[in-house]
Amino acid sequence: MPPSKMPADTLRDWSNTGLARRLGAPRIPVLRRYSPGQPLLEGGPALVAAVGDGRFAKPIAALVAEHGATVVTETGDERLAAVVLDLTEIATLSELAEAQRILTPAVRKLAPSGRLLLLGPVSGDGRHGDHRHSQGNAEAVAVAQALDGLVRSVAKELRAGATANMVVVDVDTTPAAVESTVRFLLSARSAYVDGQVVHVGAAEAAGVADPQRPLAGRVAVVTGAARGIGAAIADTLARDGATIVAVDVPAAGEGLAAVANRTGGTALQLDITASDAASRLLAFVGERFGRVDLVVHNAGITRDKLLANMDAERWDAVLAVNLGAQLTINEALLAAPDLLGPDARVVCVSSQTGIAGNRGQTNYAASKAGIIGMVRALAPRFAEHGATINAVAPGFIETEMTARMPLGTREAGRRVNSLRQGGLPVDVAETIGWLGQASSGAVNGQVVRVCGQSMLGA
Amino acid sequence: MPARRAAVIGGNRIPFARANRRYARASNLDMLAATLDGLVARFGLSGERLGEVVAGAVLKHSRDFNLTREAVLGSRLSPATPAYDIQQACGTGLEATIAVANKIALGQVESGVAGGVDTASDAPIAVNEDLRKVLVALNSARSLGDRVKLVGKLRPGQIVPEIPRNAEPRTGLSMGEHAAVTAKEWGIGRTEQDELAAASHRNLAAAYERGFFDDLVTPYLGLTRDDNLRPDSSVETLAKLKPVFGRGDDATMTAGNSTPLTDGAALVLLGSDEWAAEHRLPVLAHVVDAETAAVDYVHGRDGLLTAPVFAVPRLLERVGMSLQDFDFYEIHEAFASTVLATLKAWEDPAFAKERLGLDAPLGAIDRSRLNVTGSSLAAGHPFAATGGRIVATLAKLLHEKGPGSRGLISICAAGGQGVVAILEGA
Repeated sequence: MPPSKMPADTLRDWSNTGLARRLGAPRIPVLRRYSPGQPLLEGGPALVAAVGDGRFAKPIAALVAEHGATVVTETGDERLAAVVLDLTEIATLSELAEAQRILTPAVRKLAPSGRLLLLGPVSGDGRHGDHRHSQGNAEAVAVAQALDGLVRSVAKELRAGATANMVVVDVDTTPAAVESTVRFLLSARSAYVDGQVVHVGAAEAAGVADPQRPLAGRVAVVTGAARGIGAAIADTLARDGATIVAVDVPAAGEGLAAVANRTGGTALQLDITASDAASRLLAFVGERFGRVDLVVHNAGITRDKLLANMDAERWDAVLAVNLGAQLTINEALLAAPDLLGPDARVVCVSSQTGIAGNRGQTNYAASKAGIIGMVRALAPRFAEHGATINAVAPGFIETEMTARMPLGTREAGRRVNSLRQGGLPVDVAETIGWLGQASSGAVNGQVVRVCGQSMLGA
Repeated sequence: MPARRAAVIGGNRIPFARANRRYARASNLDMLAATLDGLVARFGLSGERLGEVVAGAVLKHSRDFNLTREAVLGSRLSPATPAYDIQQACGTGLEATIAVANKIALGQVESGVAGGVDTASDAPIAVNEDLRKVLVALNSARSLGDRVKLVGKLRPGQIVPEIPRNAEPRTGLSMGEHAAVTAKEWGIGRTEQDELAAASHRNLAAAYERGFFDDLVTPYLGLTRDDNLRPDSSVETLAKLKPVFGRGDDATMTAGNSTPLTDGAALVLLGSDEWAAEHRLPVLAHVVDAETAAVDYVHGRDGLLTAPVFAVPRLLERVGMSLQDFDFYEIHEAFASTVLATLKAWEDPAFAKERLGLDAPLGAIDRSRLNVTGSSLAAGHPFAATGGRIVATLAKLLHEKGPGSRGLISICAAGGQGVVAILEGA
């Protein structure tokens, strides 16, 4: 990967010095991040347990062991690299209390950059009338929802780069279906994903041949790939084995060529808002590869102005690039199922701004919130083709853009999250890589925030 | 006819920049390597070993002796890709294409890249010829006494460097002056030259607008389009310019209807149909045939830039085609008058009989098929890069038109030479 032009997090570096420690200044953790060949977990054994007859604890224990980590079933004296608690079968307050009794000692032992992962039942969607978590069983539904509050709170309590996330499952979700998600959330790849709840459904999921290169043999289109987060996405997907089609506007061609060449991929200079852009894109991947396995809608622009001063040009440009082009290309993909690979994935880059809103960004926030609606609407249609569509919503990510912010704004943006720092473009890219895997087929219509559990829009 | 024809798969160029502007500090090697990397990115050839890369530059530093090979080594292509330089003035890019296409046709290579680069900004400036002789002698002097004697020969006047001139060594006339002679001889008027120039700008701008160059050009050093392009150029604005070549009241050639000195590079990717298919790459067109001619502009009666007038009829006769059999004509616009004189010569019955040895003239062409996406008057003309620009542009036009469509390329060059070729759409 190229040398990064990221701004230094001076405060974080200082907080880790001896002087800062002696002054008692709060320490801003240096997050453990993924590098190829790295073990899944480091710093101690993993506690894997269940309350009740959870069907996931055993397969997850096997998965963790397969990755070389020791598995324990009770908290002892040792630091724990991860705590995985299967709560998918809990339905009563007493079972919820049992979970607390297990979690409290375990959390005390969680190692730096440790992982707390809960598995819970999806609550009250009414799809499973005979199930005890259906609307009819108020206590079970309440308990399922209670886990939401639990995980979001413990995520705020954890220190030293540790994160807490939850996977919620349907009654017919298989252990195989959650495997890629569990692997992601336990690994250092999810460094900046914190306080998130991800639904894993019942769709069949392909296995992973090589966890080191989970995207091997997959053709991935990345829009807005010439620089910033898009370039990091291309680099990261290529590292995981994908063949990259890097797309950006013709004017960004110089940077685009550099990204394409260093990833061993191909550059496509294309304005995605052009009327024939979708057909040109599909014709290109059809001719060169015969299919597309992953489309990452990353291209985005900002044209900030208070709504009172907004002109049509700014509004239209932002909506056209950030949302309109995605809608058009997605429809074209659905109209060309022969071109979709057997486990095709679409990942759309939304934004924290689309969830929390931001002064001066009505157009941008509308486009990014619109993406969330689009993903939910299209999820069932992509599922018909064995495909998925999901969104990632980055929070404060350190880029050339944030480097140009005034110091005060930048510092405030960095610190208002549970990890007390900005994320890196690679954190967004790793999350996209997980959603892009063939084995992530049971994750569909989800919005995963990559924000270190930001307080904005939470 | 060879057993197989080389396929034109695509091309890449950087936007052309007027001399001493955006690429003022870029060397031939910088521009050629960047253009090669853009081509590699467009066709996903990172790490690939190609049959060969052939390119050249007209204005070259002595350090550029192995320019193309150095560009390959500086690019993302496999370092196991061989390369060599050629130079045939403004015919360099097309002659390079012919060289690679011929090797592909013969089965000696399966793939190759051809083109060229030139900078009029980063031009080689050599030491004064007198000074050079003293320095060479100093280098070989054996005794201190000899050296002292030689140092005594150094003179202040020797500090004046040798600057490359845009003039023919054998006539001392600049290319523009030569072209002005031809223009006068053929009675080429001012207005028709300005009309051709305006059309070039209009056509190039329209092609950019419709995204035609999205897969032919890669931005470089922040430049995204040819900076010589003036979309609003018109006959009226061009008519205001003062003549710069030729003398007297009937001088017609201005800075507007002549190409400016330009920096840039252009390359074409060629291959066999099989190689293209194996790599899932498109075939835009095939190279049908080519011809190079030369004229005696020193002692004879031909104009410096009129060699294509002779090359085209020879090529047409060999392939059994007439001048009207083409869907597109790409006639390099060194000067508007050069294009117009060339067309006029092909229409002239007396010239056909006396000089071309033909019973009838080649005839007129449908002017709406000429340089339809603009040419050198609008894009600029980095000498060795023009051939690559034209081959890739025409191949794409023919591919859009459909299989069996045909295009003619005609490029005049210094030294009284001309390179012409025929492409057929795939």
